[in-house]
Amino acid sequence: MEMVVVAPPAPSRLEDLKRRFFATPLQALLSLISLTIMAFIVWKLLDWAVFSAVFTTTGGPEACQAAAGACWSVIAARWRIILFGLYPFEEQWRSALACVSVVVMTVLSCIPAFWTGRRIALIWGAGTGLYYVLMKGGVLGLPYVGEEAWGGLALTLFIFVTTCLIGFPLAICLALLRRSDLPWISRTTGLIIDGVRSLPLISILFTFAVVLPFALPQWLQGDKLYRVILGSALFFSAYQAEIVRGGMQGVPAGQEEAAMALGMSYWQRIGRIVLPQAMRNALPATINQFVISFKETSLVVIVGFFEILASGNAAYGTGEWRFAYVEVYAFIAFIYFIFVFSLSRYGAYLERRMAVGER
Amino acid sequence: MVSLLRNQKVRNALLQALYVGSLAAMVLACVMIARRNLAEQGITSGFDFLFKSTGWDVNFSLLPATANDPYWWFFLIGIVNTLFLGTTGLILATIVGTIVGLARTSSNELARLLGRTYVDIFRNIPLILQVFFWYALITHLPTPRAAHEAFGMLLTSRGLYVPVPNVAGIAFAAAILGVIAAIALPLWLGRTSHLSQPFGERVGIQLTAAATALATAAIILALGRLPDLPLIDFPALQGLNLKGGMRIPPEFSALAIAIAIYGGSYIAEIVRGGFKAVGKGQMEAALSLGLSPWRVFTLVRLPLALRAMLPILANQYVWLMKATTMGIAVGFTDFFMIVALTINHSGQTLEVIGILMAGFLAINLSLAAVFNRINKAIALKGNQLRG
Repeated sequence: MEMVVVAPPAPSRLEDLKRRFFATPLQALLSLISLTIMAFIVWKLLDWAVFSAVFTTTGGPEACQAAAGACWSVIAARWRIILFGLYPFEEQWRSALACVSVVVMTVLSCIPAFWTGRRIALIWGAGTGLYYVLMKGGVLGLPYVGEEAWGGLALTLFIFVTTCLIGFPLAICLALLRRSDLPWISRTTGLIIDGVRSLPLISILFTFAVVLPFALPQWLQGDKLYRVILGSALFFSAYQAEIVRGGMQGVPAGQEEAAMALGMSYWQRIGRIVLPQAMRNALPATINQFVISFKETSLVVIVGFFEILASGNAAYGTGEWRFAYVEVYAFIAFIYFIFVFSLSRYGAYLERRMAVGER
Repeated sequence: MVSLLRNQKVRNALLQALYVGSLAAMVLACVMIARRNLAEQGITSGFDFLFKSTGWDVNFSLLPATANDPYWWFFLIGIVNTLFLGTTGLILATIVGTIVGLARTSSNELARLLGRTYVDIFRNIPLILQVFFWYALITHLPTPRAAHEAFGMLLTSRGLYVPVPNVAGIAFAAAILGVIAAIALPLWLGRTSHLSQPFGERVGIQLTAAATALATAAIILALGRLPDLPLIDFPALQGLNLKGGMRIPPEFSALAIAIAIYGGSYIAEIVRGGFKAVGKGQMEAALSLGLSPWRVFTLVRLPLALRAMLPILANQYVWLMKATTMGIAVGFTDFFMIVALTINHSGQTLEVIGILMAGFLAINLSLAAVFNRINKAIALKGNQLRG
């Protein structure tokens, strides 16, 4: 006998649309409202940013100001100061290369093949070292450029990378200390972590930049930039320590006990059994913390650094481009958006990927 | 000696003493050096400076402030400003977050898309950039002479001018309480009234309650009216400046808008997570019992989702309170800016840093305490779902 399978007729496109957006009067109303809002915003935005916008610098600021739409010529005229700050003009290719090296380093450390402690450390060490050599110069025939001339996107990236580079090992140390069996050690560490977490980042940056020079001997003061990076690393590590500790709590106690029964030393247990599993548990939250601290690097503008936000203020703040602040902020927002959005998308992807692995 | 070191207990005690001792020594050394350095500059340590007058002024204050006021008064002003900005931002962010979060959980695809786009854009741009943007936007508005006008409000580069009623402060506050009661009473009656009561009767009681509260508010307003002045004081142009009404300075509006938009995108995600945490079975059970979709929402989904949201929301609120420190970027005199100004002017660095830490600790702890109380009060009894 022959089986005849009759599939229900595929709904026509119109019916499909009707079912999805106009099933009930309430749904229809919601759809219409959303559609109107979307159409209005998209149209206004496109009109401002594309159709009525001025892209070339030929007319100068005057022609640009007269236009109804965006004045992208300010970006064309001032992109160098936004990206590189006050870095010497002839040497700005070094600043660009340094940014590329940081981006490559970040992308590489997102690939699972590099997820061993040694490889990650190697990549980050090499990337940051390359950045430092390129920016600072003084070797290999590159002219010397001091930290006070660094600025723009390059400085933002430098602060972010060094914050993570110092903050991450510090976070693991703090987490281990807080987990310690010795009550005084764990309590004191807990006090430090909670104390730092209860303060706003700005107040910590301010303390490290302005107040700390009073409280340190001359030889320990160092450059203001490195003090601020230390402050931001401390803040990062206090949050990250709690994430790592959470990850460690997710490792079954039997794992460590089994390792102990095999006669492994404390460092072997931590380095080979606990931390690898804890890091895996903590990965989504860690990426989230990276995202947050990338956004928070923008706060150093308050203690007087010429990072991307300050250089943006300078790009429209002087003279003839005074009216073009929206375009400049939109450009900076776009740069932040690219970095932060791709990182957070990657975090979401990892979370899904790891959920598959749960059995 | 060596055998003593082999003893686990002795070793542990030594290790702890070493750790705590070295940390304490570090802090102590820093304080000593700072005191010596400050003494060299002729600054004596101690809290006497709190009672000296500051000699500088603040640009925004809810309390009366002059340059002759002492430092402790300025710290109080700073804390009040921080709490005021924080609370305003928190309420606005919650409203924005609830609307966007509901859009993200709605069954309508277009509304979901809209909500998602909002969250994706505003979450991924640093708060301080948004503060700068709104501040630039507001200070580039037209001058008072060419102000935008809407509903009696004037929008200028010097801030937003809103009409205020010529009513005594106490009466105004009482009237606001009356309006809140007019909204809250019917809701409360709706919760407590029995379902067996006829629908019309219930609505009637609710409406009467609301009307009574509103009428009381109106009477209080009429009684508290300042004599010989029009009921509402509209801002108007006089010469080159604006007179009348109340001015909301651009610093405050920029911060409040930015915190509302940025915080709203985070709260939207919390709201979405809270609704996602409500089991599908609960809703299906409620629907199959014959409850209307609205009742399912208000009686089942919302209460359960609220319980799931509250602990995370509390963290977010603490974060928002700390975000008010961005005020220093645009010159809003919040607590932190007062601290920074005091360090600049008086040089009492160590004491002021201590006050800063104590202030934020107090704010954080009291917020946490409030939310713990709420959390305990609404936690579900029994063993089904613990909030």
